Amino acid sequence: MISAPDVVAFTKEDEYEEEPYNEPALPEEYSVPLFPYASQGANPWSKLSGAKFSRDFILISEFSEQVGPQPLLTIPNDTKVFGTFDLNYFSLRIMSVDYQASFVGHPPGSAYPKLNFVEDSKVVLGDSKEGAFAYVHHLTLYDLEARGFVRPFCMAYISADQHKIMQQFQELSAEFSKASECLKMGNRKAFAGELEKKLKDLDYTRTVLHTETEIQKKANDKGFYSSQAIEKANELANVEKSIIEHQDLLKQIRSYPRQKMKVPDLHPGDVEQSQDEADQVSIPPNPEEPAHADLYTCRPSYTPKLIKAKSTKCFDKKLKTLEELCDTEYFTQTLAQLSHIEHMFRGDLCYLLTSQIDRALRKHQHITNFLFEDFMDVDDRIEKQENVPSRPSREGLPSRPVEECPIPKVLISVGSYKSSVESVLIKMDQELGDEEYKEVKATESSSFDPQENLDYLDMDMKGSISSGESIEVLGTEKSSSVLSKSDSQASLTVPLSPRVVRSKAVSHRTVSEDSIEVLSTCPSEALIPDDFKASYPSAINEEETYADNEGDNEGAIHFHASVTPPELGETQEGNLENTPSQIDSSCCIGKESEGQLVPLPTPASTLSEEDGVVSIPPQRYLQKEQGLHVDLVMENTDPSPRDNICEMFPAYELDPRCLLASRDVSKTSLDNYSDTASYMGSVASASSDRSLSAHPAGLSSERHKKRAGQNALKFIRQYPFAHPAIYSLLSGRTLVVLGEDESIVRKLVTALSIFVPSYGCCAKPVKHWISSPLHIMDFQKWKLIGLQRVASPSSVGTLHTLSRYSRYTSILDLDNKTLRCPLYSGTLVPRLADHRTQIKRGSTYYLHVQSMLTQLCSKAFLYTFCHHLHLPAHSEETREAVASRQTSFLKLNLGLVNEDIRVVQYLAELLKLHYMQESPGAACPLLRFDYVPSFLYKI
Amino acid sequence: MLRWLIGGGREPQGLAEKAALQTIGEDQSQNPYTELLVLRAHDDIVRFLVQLDDYRFASAGDDGLIVVWNAQTGEKLLELRGHTQKITAVIAFPSLDSCEGSSQLILTASADRTVRVWDCDTGRQIQRVPCLQSTVKCFTVLQKLDVWLSGGNDLGVWNRKLDLLCKSNYLSDTGISALVEIPGDCVVAAVGKELIIFRLQAPTEGLLEWDITEVKRLLDHQDNILSLLNISDKSFVTGSHVGELIIWDALDWTVQACECSFWSPSSQLDAQQEIKLFQKQNDISINHFTCDEENVFAAVGRGLYVYNLQLKRVIACQKTAHDSNVLHIDKLPNRQLISCSEDGSVRIWEVREKQQLAAEPVPTGFFNMWGFGRVNKQASQPVKKQQENGTTSSLELVGDLIGHSSSVEMFLYFEDHGLVTCSADHLIILWKNGERESGLRSLKLFQKLEENGDLYSASR
Repeated sequence: MISAPDVVAFTKEDEYEEEPYNEPALPEEYSVPLFPYASQGANPWSKLSGAKFSRDFILISEFSEQVGPQPLLTIPNDTKVFGTFDLNYFSLRIMSVDYQASFVGHPPGSAYPKLNFVEDSKVVLGDSKEGAFAYVHHLTLYDLEARGFVRPFCMAYISADQHKIMQQFQELSAEFSKASECLKMGNRKAFAGELEKKLKDLDYTRTVLHTETEIQKKANDKGFYSSQAIEKANELANVEKSIIEHQDLLKQIRSYPRQKMKVPDLHPGDVEQSQDEADQVSIPPNPEEPAHADLYTCRPSYTPKLIKAKSTKCFDKKLKTLEELCDTEYFTQTLAQLSHIEHMFRGDLCYLLTSQIDRALRKHQHITNFLFEDFMDVDDRIEKQENVPSRPSREGLPSRPVEECPIPKVLISVGSYKSSVESVLIKMDQELGDEEYKEVKATESSSFDPQENLDYLDMDMKGSISSGESIEVLGTEKSSSVLSKSDSQASLTVPLSPRVVRSKAVSHRTVSEDSIEVLSTCPSEALIPDDFKASYPSAINEEETYADNEGDNEGAIHFHASVTPPELGETQEGNLENTPSQIDSSCCIGKESEGQLVPLPTPASTLSEEDGVVSIPPQRYLQKEQGLHVDLVMENTDPSPRDNICEMFPAYELDPRCLLASRDVSKTSLDNYSDTASYMGSVASASSDRSLSAHPAGLSSERHKKRAGQNALKFIRQYPFAHPAIYSLLSGRTLVVLGEDESIVRKLVTALSIFVPSYGCCAKPVKHWISSPLHIMDFQKWKLIGLQRVASPSSVGTLHTLSRYSRYTSILDLDNKTLRCPLYSGTLVPRLADHRTQIKRGSTYYLHVQSMLTQLCSKAFLYTFCHHLHLPAHSEETREAVASRQTSFLKLNLGLVNEDIRVVQYLAELLKLHYMQESPGAACPLLRFDYVPSFLYKI
Repeated sequence: MLRWLIGGGREPQGLAEKAALQTIGEDQSQNPYTELLVLRAHDDIVRFLVQLDDYRFASAGDDGLIVVWNAQTGEKLLELRGHTQKITAVIAFPSLDSCEGSSQLILTASADRTVRVWDCDTGRQIQRVPCLQSTVKCFTVLQKLDVWLSGGNDLGVWNRKLDLLCKSNYLSDTGISALVEIPGDCVVAAVGKELIIFRLQAPTEGLLEWDITEVKRLLDHQDNILSLLNISDKSFVTGSHVGELIIWDALDWTVQACECSFWSPSSQLDAQQEIKLFQKQNDISINHFTCDEENVFAAVGRGLYVYNLQLKRVIACQKTAHDSNVLHIDKLPNRQLISCSEDGSVRIWEVREKQQLAAEPVPTGFFNMWGFGRVNKQASQPVKKQQENGTTSSLELVGDLIGHSSSVEMFLYFEDHGLVTCSADHLIILWKNGERESGLRSLKLFQKLEENGDLYSASR
């Protein structure tokens, strides 16, 4: 299977000069490891050159007892995605590295077949020949008709970018565990059903046989049995035995939840019901659900049939498909989860990491976030995941409900996680040289120096790339915990340090010439002494908290500082050298994927690609809103309060991934093109399959951001009076965009909506298009309105109300290119919306706006929460004195000029309202306004 | 035609349209109301607002619904449903000081000819009087006697338990339009052109039952009496459809002063002719009164007049304060006067002493008001001058509140929470002092922080 020894292609060591492979002129791809296309064609070892598929996908394979490894389905289910990639071959490979100790059958000393509830194993493997790297998640499903009652399956996330797999291992593992858990849950349900049926059959058969025997007995009363009778009796005995066996199996499978969760008082029915509840919270209820309300009860409709002796295990019969193996409802949920995974990990690593960093940083400002961030879609989920040990997953997988996840379970999961970590360590003990081991120790215990971590990661990348056409198993995680799900959850709560360790080990190992290398797997729990296991986790936790205290708030700054100057120089050099090619290739990719897009049969997608902002189809928007709604519900039902999150995010911050990414950000910010281009590529490719987008919300919002940024940029360049218009939005004065052409108006409204502060958790107060006369309520509700101008008598009313309420509005007339709004003379908006800006990309501009607004938010936060500014110092102090103190603070401490003060004051009001609303729910928004004269701007 | 809206042409035309109306720009530094909250619960015209206590008020309208609100937060506290037709009168019946347990009541009368009593703490309907002979159009509460009176086609006297104590004779088809208590256990009822004075007698040793008797009819008004107000213990004021303002002595029911020259100093007869020729009648109808110690403020047609009780003449006026009839006015403690009108706007005025040599303090547009009717200006302007000479104060427009899209029926002023307006556009708007609210919110914010324990944890 695996043949040639690996060739070490390139290595780059920034700090380890002693490494023999150090080469001075290093291809840029290694210092910007997140941009896989940069060097395409530039060197023969390019990872992408071998890849025969256009983008990442998920493959589900089975090791069939009849035909061997075979691919079952891919997500997305689109031949374009995997192209000429040989799925059969790859299935073979991924199935050949299943290290699950799946043992089912008659264990010695046991009379009956025993079901073993095996843990999933998680493996990373690479196939450099195919240019494919995969996270492989093995699982076993039960099938009554299969050999040993088990069917081995695996789900693989296949990507051309190895770094992505390695660095997203935790996330992948967590997400896939959810999917796997869902699948297995459904499978157990189906299996139990199958057993029930089988039992009925057997029961029926027994009755039939029994009567036959009786008849025979009666027929010959001679005192001895005919051979026929004996045969019948044997058969009967067989059936009896079979019944007992199956009953035992049924008992075993039914006992699963109790056994696994170690919650003694739990009835399966309860579990299921509360699961259903949980499902309903997060996922639109399945219409079929009521029918399946009771999991393990038999279906009365089933009519038993007679079983012929030895009818089982016949090879010519068709094996059950995956769908048949699993309860339909669970199966579809699993598929949804998988396609969610596919969406979640779309785009290149750089993008993923940046957004992760972004989220991590954003958690620091959970009080001001609601103003400008559209944090609803992703963040909540992440938050939830981080809190998971005590919570059901958001995905609505059939997981245990909140009440049923008490502390003991958490403990278990942590323990299990630890054990897996430990196993890695043990492995290292055995395999690493002393020196390296110490290094590992150092990283682990003393400090989370980002640079070091990076290097380990780098090393590991090199190592794996070097393999010629072998399969390397770069890391497996086989937890000894009883419940793989909880284990994955735990691994989320404890961030990445163990992985660093693991990858170190990997780097060490890849040099060796074994054909299959399984690096750092831990076969069983037995290796680890129990007490060690118990103590280790706490050690990790301590480290983390320690680091927390140290790093605390200056996290980001800290990271940047740690980038050593030589390294920086080098990267810059590299960037300079490679920039042209980078741009080229990125452009190519962008075009390519857009080119792919054009011939697509679905006209909708091309259309949406063409006409920009407007392209976001209304239903998807709706869908998103639904999502939001769901999130809200979750938030309300969420028992664990905010402080949980607060506790969590420092840990997140220390995540080496973040460290790495922060370095990457500093690099990529050197040229805006690379990231936007790659992003474009990912977006374009993402949009090429519209068909099965189960989680389009995040995606559309990405595109939305980009388009909005672009159009905002256009607006700023086009209109000299963009500043007062933006000021209107920022200061909470409703901006009415008046125009005849709906698409133009909508486009501009979408673009400008990035400047609109939100009231709270709901969508931004933006109305894209309205044709009826405005009402005072509209100004209270919306801060940006697209208004139709009709050239008919009815429009007089519209315009009349507009002029009547002119004190609440700024009016941007697109047809006449005029703006009527108050004067603006601050300095904030010019920085925010500089018409001579060098920024060319929409998404870049969007990010620019976001960062500026974040800055603004922090000012507003300071202003709002400064105690002495708002409360009188003593009882006699007049309101005027307080007001003057506020003004001087705004001017002197926050450096705000003129109208900028109003912006911060407005944001401060929103903050206050939001903060106070949090508990009682959303109150009605206020309309605040000023009596200031408006002026007419013309081009 | 669309250009006027956005283009520079808007202002001139707007000015031309409203030539008669004093306008104020957007620069209203003295207008404290920089925050508004739209309250929505009614499905029809909201006609009545009643203050219940320091922070609550009730609204009632043509949809038969009564809603109790929190004036501070704008929160809807209660919805009182029961009436099947529009509400014709609302009054708050304060709880007795003697018994603590009794909560405040609201009395409502509706066109469905019932009167209902509500507990405004629980929202429960306490009692209901069905099948009255006529729709009750006004209420008054005599706190001293702990009874309330309903004015419809007759006058009924009720106690707190909704027992009908006594009843007057049938008065007229139009019924009582206004009812006011005057000293000596008397009430004045405005019935058409007449003022009828009733005396109420509580049961004593000699008299077992409550009794109400008509004492006197005053026939000095030429037209229907629209407004009736107690000025003090000694006097009350009435205003009629043709602009007669009469101040009465509350004890001997005689005319103390009469002012009928809101529109012209010339004789009544001429005036009426003139009116018929040039003006709509309701341009001089006295719609509403309010008063303080010195002055009676009258909403006359579209204008506002300040009538000084001592000088017995109009000391300040604003002939076209609004585009349309002024429906309700109120005097604030800070010398401000607020008026609301059918044109959907609310305006804030300030009474200022006129300086000696302020020759033309009135805006230019003021004189043009007659121009609409194409009167010859020569005739009317001297009239103006004369009146100007009489005024010693002026009403200055301080600010306006624009929010309602239809006639503003009534408003209510809360010292601490701002202004509540209700309108025919089914909305109630809560106008607040933005600065003060912002300060209050900050206070609340820090309170909450303290409660959560977040406030000092950082510093400790």
